[in-house]
Amino acid sequence: MAAVQTRSERALNRVAITAVLVITLIFLAPIYWITSTAFKPRNLATTIPPTVLFQPEISPFVKLFTKRSQLRTAPTPEEYSAAPWWERMVFDGGEKIVRSGRGEVQPSGYPSRFMNSLIVAITSTVLAVGMGTFTAYGFSRFKVKGEADLLFFILSTRMLPPVVVAIPMFLMYRAVGLNDTHWGLIILYTAFNLSFSVWLMKGFIDEIPKEYEEAALVDGYTRMQAFFKIVIPEAATGIAATAVFCFITAWNEYAFALIMTNRRAQTAPPFIPSQVGSGLPDWTVIAAGTFLFLLPVAIFTFLLRNHLLRGMSFGAIRK
Amino acid sequence: MTQIELRGIHKYFGAVKVIKDLNLAIADNEFIVLLGQSGCGKTTTLRAVAGLETIDEGDILIDGQPVQHIKASDRDIAMVFQSFSLYPHMTVYENIAFPLRATRMSRNDVDRSVREIAGVLRITGMLGRKPSALSGGDMQRVAIGRALVRRPKAMLMDEPIGALDAKLREEMRAEIKRLHTKQGSTTIYVTHDQVEAMSLADRIVIMHEGILQQVGTPEEVYSRPANIFVAQFVGSPVMNMVDADVSETGGRASVQVGGEANGFEFPATLVNRLSDANAESGKLTLGVRPEGVLISREAREGFMPVKAHIIEPLGSHDIVDLRVGDQMIRARTKSGFVTGPGESVWARIDPAQAHFFNTATGSSLGIIL
Repeated sequence: MAAVQTRSERALNRVAITAVLVITLIFLAPIYWITSTAFKPRNLATTIPPTVLFQPEISPFVKLFTKRSQLRTAPTPEEYSAAPWWERMVFDGGEKIVRSGRGEVQPSGYPSRFMNSLIVAITSTVLAVGMGTFTAYGFSRFKVKGEADLLFFILSTRMLPPVVVAIPMFLMYRAVGLNDTHWGLIILYTAFNLSFSVWLMKGFIDEIPKEYEEAALVDGYTRMQAFFKIVIPEAATGIAATAVFCFITAWNEYAFALIMTNRRAQTAPPFIPSQVGSGLPDWTVIAAGTFLFLLPVAIFTFLLRNHLLRGMSFGAIRK
Repeated sequence: MTQIELRGIHKYFGAVKVIKDLNLAIADNEFIVLLGQSGCGKTTTLRAVAGLETIDEGDILIDGQPVQHIKASDRDIAMVFQSFSLYPHMTVYENIAFPLRATRMSRNDVDRSVREIAGVLRITGMLGRKPSALSGGDMQRVAIGRALVRRPKAMLMDEPIGALDAKLREEMRAEIKRLHTKQGSTTIYVTHDQVEAMSLADRIVIMHEGILQQVGTPEEVYSRPANIFVAQFVGSPVMNMVDADVSETGGRASVQVGGEANGFEFPATLVNRLSDANAESGKLTLGVRPEGVLISREAREGFMPVKAHIIEPLGSHDIVDLRVGDQMIRARTKSGFVTGPGESVWARIDPAQAHFFNTATGSSLGIIL
């Protein structure tokens, strides 16, 4: 690196920085849009031109978590003043919260769908990364007959758009009773992610010198112990990167979740847009649901960001 | 007490035979160096002893017990790798303690052993550091510490200092020698560097293309090489090898080199010795190390006039290329003894330092004058 930059280098630098900024802004725009809409009053959500400055409120989130129905008659002043502050927000929007006979607030379908998403995405990620790591280790360290063919075969499972097998999958799932079950989706997503996980992990494990394990072997450890004590810690970066990608895929999957589940095991992606159809769409509630839906991936990625960055440059830099 | 014996080892990689009928007995406490070029099978041999490589034929015996079906982890052998192979996610302390943790040793005993070996290797101050924060020499000290800490039956070292720079290599060589003298354990050491082999070994095992060439003390392989390969592989600068013809004139043997009419003078017994060894004329190679070529500035009895061609001053001594007929013979002289190229000097070959080989087979005729 030259300490002194020439004028043309400096100009080039500035162009590059500007380009990065512009691209970042383009990528962030939809996220800003969703986030701002999630905090808007309903009447400002669809204005043209878009409202940028507004008093943020949390009524979309109140609506997101509760079951509501249209008000036929306006609440009486007594009803209104007896209601807690968050219920008044719903009244203001011309709706009321549905309560059970004993007066308990009925939740909307969102929390359970969100929970389903978490269960399915986390379990399938753990399974895909775990099995992928074992498989990759096997391919990386042992002479496997037809290794190249097998690896190609594993990768080939991703060579057609998954949706084309949706109908056969649906029929098979119905036949074995996996429809609308958590395990149904978990198996499906694990199968999706496995080929990706095997390939990615093989790259990472190939980078770990096999002398580490050989040293452990002569130091009195079995291969399995060497795998857990040496290979896994060394592959942590790769495991983190693979886990993030698998989690994002499973978390965001829409098509199969829509076809295979409808109630018990439905995940958030098919649920959120389904709210559009009932009555006039309330975009603020949809935005609130989407906003919360973004958070787990954002947090997960943020926590693993150091591993992820190292993961990206892994193999490019000789240590 | 650990003896290691290799009996009739054969090893193939696919169709390639990398070890051919290797037989070797290593005594307790002996420091054996496997010496050879890369690809000669020395590392494969070492890994087979460690249990990291299988063998196709033969027996590996440790203390008389065949071990080829015993897993590496159960052979109680330690190994030091060229790449050091320190576990990067563990501290120096944890690295050294790692082999002990595989046993049922108590925490206190582990701690005591680690600190003891760290003291011997002078790395006590680094126990809390990660390997990435160490210099190459210290990394190798830690690797040796990790190997020695559980007092293994035998120590295997695969080019342990090959990755270090020249100065550090010399330092670590002395360190390894010191440790072996102090700790004492049966050691097999692999290297391609003949200086390392000469300075460390009790016995050197020279291998070439999977075949054992010679086993002997450093002195033996240096002064009595079994064949042309060993003769040229051991020693620096390389031994001179020239085709030679021997004739007898006036009660003296004359060894002609490079088509030169004058021959180097040798005792007359050479002729009989050669015929005893069934040497055929035209298939004789004379080998002599540069220090065996004696040079004089003036004509002397038994010396032959030659011309200096190239002079390499090396500080402590010079290497002078002498033209003999159409051949070059390198001689070692005091610095500045021959002043410039083209100078005429008189040379003779010290019969006691001359070796005779069968040109066709390469093997030594075993003639020591």
